[in-house]
Amino acid sequence: MNEKALPLEESEAAQQPTGLQTQEYFVNMGPQHPSTHGVLRLVLTINGETIVNIEPHIGYIHRSIEKMCERDSYRQIVHLTDRMDYLSCHMNNEAVCLAVEKALGIEVPERAKVVRTILSELTRLASHQLWWGVMGMDLGAITTFLYGFRDREMINDIFEETCGARLTMNYIAPGGLMYDIHPNFQKRTKAFVEHFKKKLPEYDRLLSDNVIFRKRTEGIGILSKEDAIAFGVTGPSGRASGFSCDVRKKQPYSAYDRVDFKEILMDAGDCFARYKARILEMWESLSIIEQLIDNIPEGDFVADTRKVIKLPKGEFYQRVETARGEFGVHIISDGKKSPYRLKFRSPGFSNLFVLNHIARGAKIADLVAIMSTLDLVMPDIDR
Amino acid sequence: MLTEKIQERFPTLEHLPEGGEYPQFIVPAESLREVALALRDEPDFAFDYLFCLTGVDWPEEGRLEVIYHLESTTHNHQIVLRARTADREENAKLPTVSDIWPTANAHEREAYDLLGIVFEGHPDLRRLLLTDDWVGHPLRKDYEDPVNMIEL
Repeated sequence: MNEKALPLEESEAAQQPTGLQTQEYFVNMGPQHPSTHGVLRLVLTINGETIVNIEPHIGYIHRSIEKMCERDSYRQIVHLTDRMDYLSCHMNNEAVCLAVEKALGIEVPERAKVVRTILSELTRLASHQLWWGVMGMDLGAITTFLYGFRDREMINDIFEETCGARLTMNYIAPGGLMYDIHPNFQKRTKAFVEHFKKKLPEYDRLLSDNVIFRKRTEGIGILSKEDAIAFGVTGPSGRASGFSCDVRKKQPYSAYDRVDFKEILMDAGDCFARYKARILEMWESLSIIEQLIDNIPEGDFVADTRKVIKLPKGEFYQRVETARGEFGVHIISDGKKSPYRLKFRSPGFSNLFVLNHIARGAKIADLVAIMSTLDLVMPDIDR
Repeated sequence: MLTEKIQERFPTLEHLPEGGEYPQFIVPAESLREVALALRDEPDFAFDYLFCLTGVDWPEEGRLEVIYHLESTTHNHQIVLRARTADREENAKLPTVSDIWPTANAHEREAYDLLGIVFEGHPDLRRLLLTDDWVGHPLRKDYEDPVNMIEL
């Protein structure tokens, strides 16, 4: 790099004559904008290139899933959760199922618990691969998109074989799994893990040490630990600020109590930390899968449950860790076959509304980097 | 342990024994802000993380309710607070906690949008998910939608 071209601040200051008045104006970013990854409209108040205020407008794909849940049976609700965060569908399914199982006191077979955990980690990997691909593309590197999707395809193939679908799986059912895993499941998962262990350092090499990439992410969009907690920013985005928020560690569910993995915590809280946290998290996911894939217990894959599930009167709350953060299901039951009220605490919803706080004062191009590292999925936010 | 401590510190809170997995308390709406601030700031409680805010409609009891799920990141304990409005019409009001836990800002806007709970003191209480000219609040039990006809 030419070191002489670097001191940007000086040259910028030199260009601005003193006493010149500028006017703030509004720019609509979205609802159709490639970097919003869905239909999100940001009303930016900008002064030149500098962002003064951001106002997110959401609801373009609001389907009122919470209202539909008040009509549907618990088995049907599981299907709706796929359509929220479609990149964390197994975890969303699992959250509803765990809440129902907790309410009914169903003991889930060990086999189902282990398979659920493996599937969750595969989903997390697939989600992070997609995020890595589109994040690179947001910052101007088309190669990452191709690499990310190439490797994600292998996971989708595993899902397709076992679950029968590639995106909206609804494979996890109250009491266990919808049906048993495909005979090839273990073999293909192991092949994928071997393949991806070779590819992941490549991901790291391609972006992490790239000068342009680091200049665009380091020190950009800094979120402090206190603010992460106050704004409820969870998942890799929160952990990059040092907020220890991993539900898998805090309140282990399924088979997370018997696997050994690290909670990735960083302290910088900038875009690069959020990026690095996800890369390191992928290694942990691979390790969890490796620990479990040869130890899937034999036996039933589903516990005996009634066809029509009726929950006892009361309140049930279940938290799980999706690829984006803490996902919560809050069921208020009045003893009927559908819930009286069901609230989804979606991670993206809380993560989105920190945007104004961390991106104020940044440039528009930095906003793209900040949004990619927050990893927003719009159907999850709008519900 | 935590339940006793909270009952001792805040005698106005009503404890619900069969509330679910986290200790549950009913907070009178007028002392909600005072209790919330104390729960956040006093080192014994240190509830700095609001992880869920749910609005519920109870037409038979004639009121709306907001349920706050709180967690302390230092002690790793959770509680649930429930605050109730006086009625479902013009007094469907609660004080805001959006300055105490900033994450509540968007959650309260959602509850206002879908249930019509007015949070007094909220800096920017507008509809969030629905369009500005929408009539009614869809998550209310008596909501009728002539266009989409979701029948419950």
